Parts: sequence; structure tokens; C-alpha cells
Amino acid sequence: MNFEKELEQGRFYIPECSACKKLVWPPSEFCDICNEETSLKKEDFEGKIIEFSRQNEEYFCVVEFCDSIRIMAKMMTKPKKDQIVKISNCGISEGSYYFHII
Amino acid sequence: MVKVGIAAYGMTPFTKDDDKIETILHKSTNDLFQKNPKIDKKEIDAVLISTNNNSKYLSPILSEMSGIQPKIAHSIESLCNSGTNSIVSAFSYIASGLADMVLVSGAERYDSPGQILEWDNSRGEFKHPIFWASIFSKSYKQKYDISDEELAVVSVKNHKQASKNPNALSKKTYTVEDVMNSKKLTDDLKLLDCSRPCTGSASILLASEEVMKKYTDSPIWITGIGQKTTSAGFTKNTSLSSMESTKIAGQTALNMANHNISKIDVAEVHDAFSVCEPMILESLGFTDPGNGMDMIKNLHQTNNFKINPRGGLIGCGHPLGATGISQTIEIIEQLQNNAKSRQTDNPKTGLIHNMSAAATSSTVLVLEK
Repeated sequence: MNFEKELEQGRFYIPECSACKKLVWPPSEFCDICNEETSLKKEDFEGKIIEFSRQNEEYFCVVEFCDSIRIMAKMMTKPKKDQIVKISNCGISEGSYYFHII
Repeated sequence: MVKVGIAAYGMTPFTKDDDKIETILHKSTNDLFQKNPKIDKKEIDAVLISTNNNSKYLSPILSEMSGIQPKIAHSIESLCNSGTNSIVSAFSYIASGLADMVLVSGAERYDSPGQILEWDNSRGEFKHPIFWASIFSKSYKQKYDISDEELAVVSVKNHKQASKNPNALSKKTYTVEDVMNSKKLTDDLKLLDCSRPCTGSASILLASEEVMKKYTDSPIWITGIGQKTTSAGFTKNTSLSSMESTKIAGQTALNMANHNISKIDVAEVHDAFSVCEPMILESLGFTDPGNGMDMIKNLHQTNNFKINPRGGLIGCGHPLGATGISQTIEIIEQLQNNAKSRQTDNPKTGLIHNMSAAATSSTVLVLEK
């Protein structure tokens, strides 16, 4: 499992426990329930906007994936609560993750 | 279990000064000893430092500078609730019998590295606390139909109360219009809705009942302690309009003190941003969900200083490692009727609420005469 290696390439995959199949977030080598190793679930995930606000022209949103995993992501058009979105761009910049959604 | 109380305290004013962390720690400790010349430093078994500063070996350094040779000496860091976490550790040392007297000294500089939790990559590029505060504000306002003008009363009230506190960073009072017209940071947060990082230090000396008798005729006892950490990352908060860790820590502390919330006469709560104050009051049970602003407006209109008499974090400033200790000192002064123009009406039981990183961790203390 190398979440960050994939993220650096602009791919957002979610770690999943190899044993109990629980999705593990924040990304980790090990499951926080059964302590077994994780592997990346490679899907084109859809997320739901839980809440948002705006700074200048950019919206920042709390987005939930798979009913359990939440991140904060940037959106350039006005979001709506419960709107279904996808990650359009993601990566790591100066040690920090970034996620953009459409 | 050994009864634990607070025998002495010292403070520095909260400023924007560019002092070394060692210097400010020493200032508040020195203030404590100057105010309490009878204290025998040889009786201090432990020195605990509360800070997010990156300087090393601060407890032995402060011990040497203050003329103390403790058995136990170390630092404690837990972002914004480092201060009350240090008090809980000091309490535990005494209650277990490992120590009879513990000095807790907290300090921070205005440029503290503890202001941003770099680890929390779930926040993406939105790691600064103004972003979680904006999300809380938006969610709380929508859920309970609260306007920005109503929330601004928190800042108005706490700056008013801070103006009576000589150690507070803010000396000014503001109107709702001033808050509304202050710099817009996001759609849901203005500059005057925010506490400000600053430089400051606060120290207290905890002691067992046996030792307390030697040093004070007006002891204040720690009768309740509650702590809860639900996560480290902001996005793990299950609710964006209430604080789960605060609910659990508050109930645990009240159960230990054998009280319910109606017995609390005065409280310091962690108003890092305006929206935090109503959320905390509701999560502690002072009022029903959604009614926190009604309580705050009523307190403000009647000039009742029951909540955040020292001016809260918004009025006092927020030197992270010193904040929880400064909150505790305010409740001690209130219970000893020494709070001068901030004094509430003869309080007997007080509460301190101190939290970290978007309420992912909370500590609550109950203090009594």
C-alpha cells in the first residue's frame, strides 16, 4: 500500500484492510480495527458534499466518500449540500495533500 | 485518593512580545514565588511544562532558573489543551502519591508551531484553523437559524470582559457592527470572530491536602476531571454543529465532582472562535442544543460575567500552552473572590473547558472552594 505514491501521480485511491475489508482513513499501512495490512482500493470514487464555505473565489468543502471517509477539497463553482462530486485533481504540494473536486 | 488543590499561581500579561520561551516561563513562575514567599522550593517534587514550542529540555531549564531540583521534570504537548492536560498529569502524580507538590508552567510565543496541525492531511490545503471554524460556523448557523450578527455577540461580550482583565491582549471594546465590519476571512468568519496567537505564560502550584495546609487558608480543590479524545483529524468529527469530546469530558468531570451542570457558578470555556462558545455551552449542557446564543445574549445584556469572565480566548489572546492554565487561574480568582471588576456573585463551584484541534480532544476541570 502506498497511498502517497499514487496521490503524487494524481490518483486518489482509498486504503482497504486486506482481511476485514474496512476502508482505512487517514491512509495507513495497517487497519485500525484488526491491525492487518491494507491495500489500495482502486476505484473512481464519487463523494458527497457535507458542508462548505468560501474564501475569496474558492469554495472549500467537506466531502464524504463511501459513507465514511471525509476530506476537505477545493471547488471553483458554487457547491450544494449533498451534491455528488468527483476528484478532478489531487496531489501533494510541499508535504500537504490537495484535492480539487467538480 | 489523595485530595489535590491549588496552592499558588502566577501570570504574565499576554502580549505580542518577541521573548524567548525560557524567559516567559521564568516570568510567570517568578511571579508565583514572589506572591507566595513562604513556599519551600525543596518541597516541589515535579515541574511540568506545557508548551508547543520546539525548544528542548524546558522543564530542567526552568527548574534550574527557578532554583528547583525536582524528582520529576518533563514537558507535555497536546496543542491547545496542553495546559489542562498538564494540570491533569500533576493531579495524577499527587493523587497517586508519587509527588506532594507539582509546579505546572505553561507558555507560548506568538509564532507557535502548534497553531497548525501539519499531520492532518485530510484537511487538504485547508489546514489553518480558520477553515474548520468556518465549517463549524456555517453548519451551526444553518442548523439553528443563527445570523452572523447574533454570533458576533460572543466577540462583543468577551472583548468587553477582557477590557476588565489587565493581563488580556485586547484592551478594546467592540460593537456588533465593528465585528461585522472587521476583515472578512471567509464567508462565515470575520477577523474579530477569532482568538489571536500571542506571547504569554501562566503557572500554578498543585499540592496534596497535607501540604496545602502549610501555604494557604483559602484552598481551591480540583474535584472533577474529564478528558476525551475522539480523533486527531478534523474531518473525523461526526457532528459539525456540536462537540462530542466536550460532551463526554464534561459529563465525566461533573460525575467525578458529583454535581450536575446547574451547580456551576462560573466557567471558562475555549472560545477559539465565536461559534465555539455556543457549541461548548450546549455540549456541556448549560443550555439545550440551539439555545447557546440565547444564553450568551442574556449574559451580555445583563452584564453577567458567568461565562469567560477573563474575556475568553477571543479577548485574552491564545498562547496555546498557557491558555488552559490561565483559564484555571481565572476560576481560582473567581472562587477566592479576588477577580476585582470581573468578579461574579460569590461563586462556589467553577468549571474549565479547554480543547484542541476542532474539538477532537477536550479536557474539563471542576474546581471548588
